[in-house]
Amino acid sequence: MTFEQAMDAFRTAFSGSILREETHRGELTFYFKKTDVPAVCRYLRDQTGFNFITDCLGTDRFTDEERYEVIYHLRNLTQAWFLRLVTRVDESDLTCPTVSDIWPAANWMEREVFDMYGVTFTGHPDLRRMYMPQDFEYYPLRKEFPLIGIEGSIPLPSGGH
Amino acid sequence: MESTMSQPKTTDELLRLLEDEHTFVTLEGSDPLESEMVINMGPSHPATHGVLRIVLKMNGETITRAIPELGYLHRAMEKLAENKSYHEFMPYTDRLDYMMPYSNNVALCLAVEKAAAIEVPERAQWIRTMMCEMARISSHLLWLGTMIMDTGALTVFLHTFRERERIYDIFDLLTGARFTVSHSRIGGLASDISPETIQAIKTFIKQFPAHVQSWEKLLNRNKIFLQRTAGIGYIDGPTATGIGLTGPNLRASGVNWDLRKTHPYLKYTDVNFDVPLSNEGDSLARYEVRMKEFYESVRIVEQCLDKLTTPGPVRADYAKQVYPWKSEVYHTMEGLIHDFMLTDWGVCPEKGQVYQAIESSKGELGFFIQSDGTGHPWRLKIRSPSFVNLQSLPILLEGSQMADTVVIIGSLDPVMGEADK
Repeated sequence: MTFEQAMDAFRTAFSGSILREETHRGELTFYFKKTDVPAVCRYLRDQTGFNFITDCLGTDRFTDEERYEVIYHLRNLTQAWFLRLVTRVDESDLTCPTVSDIWPAANWMEREVFDMYGVTFTGHPDLRRMYMPQDFEYYPLRKEFPLIGIEGSIPLPSGGH
Repeated sequence: MESTMSQPKTTDELLRLLEDEHTFVTLEGSDPLESEMVINMGPSHPATHGVLRIVLKMNGETITRAIPELGYLHRAMEKLAENKSYHEFMPYTDRLDYMMPYSNNVALCLAVEKAAAIEVPERAQWIRTMMCEMARISSHLLWLGTMIMDTGALTVFLHTFRERERIYDIFDLLTGARFTVSHSRIGGLASDISPETIQAIKTFIKQFPAHVQSWEKLLNRNKIFLQRTAGIGYIDGPTATGIGLTGPNLRASGVNWDLRKTHPYLKYTDVNFDVPLSNEGDSLARYEVRMKEFYESVRIVEQCLDKLTTPGPVRADYAKQVYPWKSEVYHTMEGLIHDFMLTDWGVCPEKGQVYQAIESSKGELGFFIQSDGTGHPWRLKIRSPSFVNLQSLPILLEGSQMADTVVIIGSLDPVMGEADK
């Protein structure tokens, strides 16, 4: 099966879920509804051989609607295929289904998205902050978080010099 | 008298039962000796290779559970990237995986060049390919020295650092800096390679394989080294793929995956080299794969040297996206204007998103760029191999002995500057 054939089968199987697709610099990206995340990912792993998740990351579009994006970079290690999936998360419902049960590597990647943007992954086995302290109340990669940080947000050790 | 089985609930009861020669004592479900404990390893343990902390649950000497924790550096690399131009971010990439800064520069440049559709001259690509392999040798040297030290030997560490010093000298000749080189530029290189540097590289790679052979002689039949690594920290191919391992760590589990072959970049399609593999999946296999990679890197460097005999440009001649040479800036008005323009606005790739990865010494190092058409990335995500590789630690550690921890961490070759970005 070629990459085009595999993608055609994917388009047919999820014609109701795929919102749009684009190709930029030779990279194919599918945008789809977040409720379909588990079904889409499971299909791609089992039917299309995308057995490796390279990355799962968040972005902040800084818009009123569908503010955040969760992006998945997938690879098929047998055929050397690469595919990008994007799903959008609205600020009013900051949740997204986890894919850590499909690709265990997504565990830390989703924790990082949660840590940086505050998106909660439902069904995640161990959703804790990744880099920031557990009681840190801000999400540093959101666009409104200032580059110099927020004064007093991480108390420094007192005393000494 | 017949023997009886007993499960004591308290220490007193245990001690009393042990005095009775007819009683077998089993300890299932209870822990009267309090042999289970939780140990904090790191974040400043000398063998955790930086600020890695692992919480270990032990049953006697055996690890029953391991939880790695990151998050002590707070360097905010990606936040900084969003607030800088693509060129300004270059020196920060040196400080990610500081074992091989040259490759990190190249990885960022390749991503920006892909986003902005910039063609890089052939000669620059050959130099980049060659120096990426020199950086791989340098990185593997540090890994070898420290990993062998983790198994209890110091000699190899001193030998590998002597060779690393020689590579630093070569980087100094080429880039003017020994450690944080920042030599790649978007569209090419900061400077061409001199005949003196080429001679230094030729001398180095002529002598280097003999050194590797001498280390192999020292280690490959060393009983202590073999017993400390063979069968230690085992992971099979499908599990390694699932948990996201890349680089030598994945190839040591029998998965033939190398971005230089599967998604070639630079000049890797034009050089002959093999991808070392092993099916053993343990710490010894990870050692063997990296040792073989030394020889393959030397092969690639030799082929690159052959291609560098004819002079040519090392930076694209495209004033809107690529910095002019300093000689143009100082002596021509156009050069000065372009320098100002690029510093003010920077490279402005058209709106869209790209991902470009390289095969670094640790695995897949990728840069994802979401461009909004301005000179700053709207979002720049670093896919750092050390971060993902460390996720396999619980799998590798559970069931091992306490003393194996340092060897297993060493065999993974993590760099916390990259993991805790």
